[in-house]
Amino acid sequence: MNTKQAVIELLEDLTGTDISNNLDDNLFASGMIDSMATVEMLLELQAKFGIDVPVSEFDRSEWDTPNKIIAKVESLV
Amino acid sequence: MINLQPYSNPIYFVWLAVTLLPLMVGLYFGKRFVVYQTIISGIFLLLIFGGSKWQQGLALIGYIIYQFIVVGGYAAYKKHANKTWVFVSMVSLSIMPLVIVKLTPAIEVGQQSLIGFLGISYLTFKSVQMIMEMRDGTIKKFAPIMFARFLLFFPTISSGPIDRYRRFQHDYVQVPTREHYLEMVAQAVHYIFLGFLYKFILGYFFGTVMLPQIAQVAISHRAAFFHTGISLALIEYMYTYSMYLFFDFAGYSLFAVAASYLMGIETPMNFDHPFKARNIKDFWNRWHMTLSFWFRDFIFMRLTFFIMKHHLIKKRTRIPQAAYLVNFLIMGFWHGVTWYYIVYGLFHAGAIIINDYWLAYKKKNPQLPHNRWTEGLAIFITFNVVCFSFLIFSGFLNTLWFQAR
Repeated sequence: MNTKQAVIELLEDLTGTDISNNLDDNLFASGMIDSMATVEMLLELQAKFGIDVPVSEFDRSEWDTPNKIIAKVESLV
Repeated sequence: MINLQPYSNPIYFVWLAVTLLPLMVGLYFGKRFVVYQTIISGIFLLLIFGGSKWQQGLALIGYIIYQFIVVGGYAAYKKHANKTWVFVSMVSLSIMPLVIVKLTPAIEVGQQSLIGFLGISYLTFKSVQMIMEMRDGTIKKFAPIMFARFLLFFPTISSGPIDRYRRFQHDYVQVPTREHYLEMVAQAVHYIFLGFLYKFILGYFFGTVMLPQIAQVAISHRAAFFHTGISLALIEYMYTYSMYLFFDFAGYSLFAVAASYLMGIETPMNFDHPFKARNIKDFWNRWHMTLSFWFRDFIFMRLTFFIMKHHLIKKRTRIPQAAYLVNFLIMGFWHGVTWYYIVYGLFHAGAIIINDYWLAYKKKNPQLPHNRWTEGLAIFITFNVVCFSFLIFSGFLNTLWFQAR
């Protein structure tokens, strides 16, 4: 499974919705992800990909759509 | 010597315009006159903390030296070690002056601490943030002069908005392009006029003209409704105070942001139409944003991260609930150690927890109607919940129940 697919799966688990067709939707604006879900996501990313993103490194505007998250993860793996 | 409180009267704005002009010319030509900016910052700090407020000025100097030792000390330590207890001790040390200042009036009634000064709580946010980001490794170097500029940035020193070090540093070092700077100046002029409308017209009307009269009527009805004091006037007080609070603080924030923009620093905005919020969560993304985001990033998220990583709470839904309680309780204490600030914090924690239950229920039941009427209803309910929380926050209930004779 490639990174993109894995991130999409992770996000779908987290939000409980099918996002594969809406990869440019703003997850925070739509309320699909909140601070709590963000923390879960960071922990999952740590467990699955071994990437360490400290909370203070997390800038919402850089992580607010599935595509941006995929790009971020790909750059950090 | 004269003393001028920030944005409090027309003279302050005249001083601001005159002193910022050379700096603005420099920025227009792509240069930041650092020496000049340092001099005028010193003058403004002297105006705020000089004259009759000289004791506060001394307290500020002492505070800055103290934070330099704590933050600088942690930076030096962090180079070769990273123990959790050292981090926790340093955060505690950094918060200690604020804790003393907040506790003093609660212990000795009405007594103000000698180490307090206008803006101490805002400077504490900035200092603690440095330590936390150093712990994370996102701030690697302790640059004393930049840290001083960040702490003492005079447009926001008294009441925020609360900026972030890395963002501030970037703006300070990187002069905006001419095109962008002109946009910022235009925006600043707009904010200043909007601020006049908010603070000096609407805020004045609600806070100075209306509020004292309504308060008197409400107090005269303090025996109403089984001695609870619940009267029409009290409800009127609730809405009037809420309007005053918003327009006064949003007006001040607009001035602070405008002055920052003129200096080429994009201090973040504090308010985004808070009374349009559709739920309490949405409200905290719109109200006193730099404070609530600070709490979100440095308390709520860190706490949930810690709880989840160490599996301290088994049940998934209990984690954010616990974190909200801690988050808003601390926010309550930060406002001041009085029962009404603490109840205000707990009230918002409770509201946001209930809101989470509702959001989860809504997610499970997608057949629930969603249209502009339900949205209107949501805004209406949120607005009233918020206004009620401001009635608690105002301390008027304390006057009504325990002080008015």
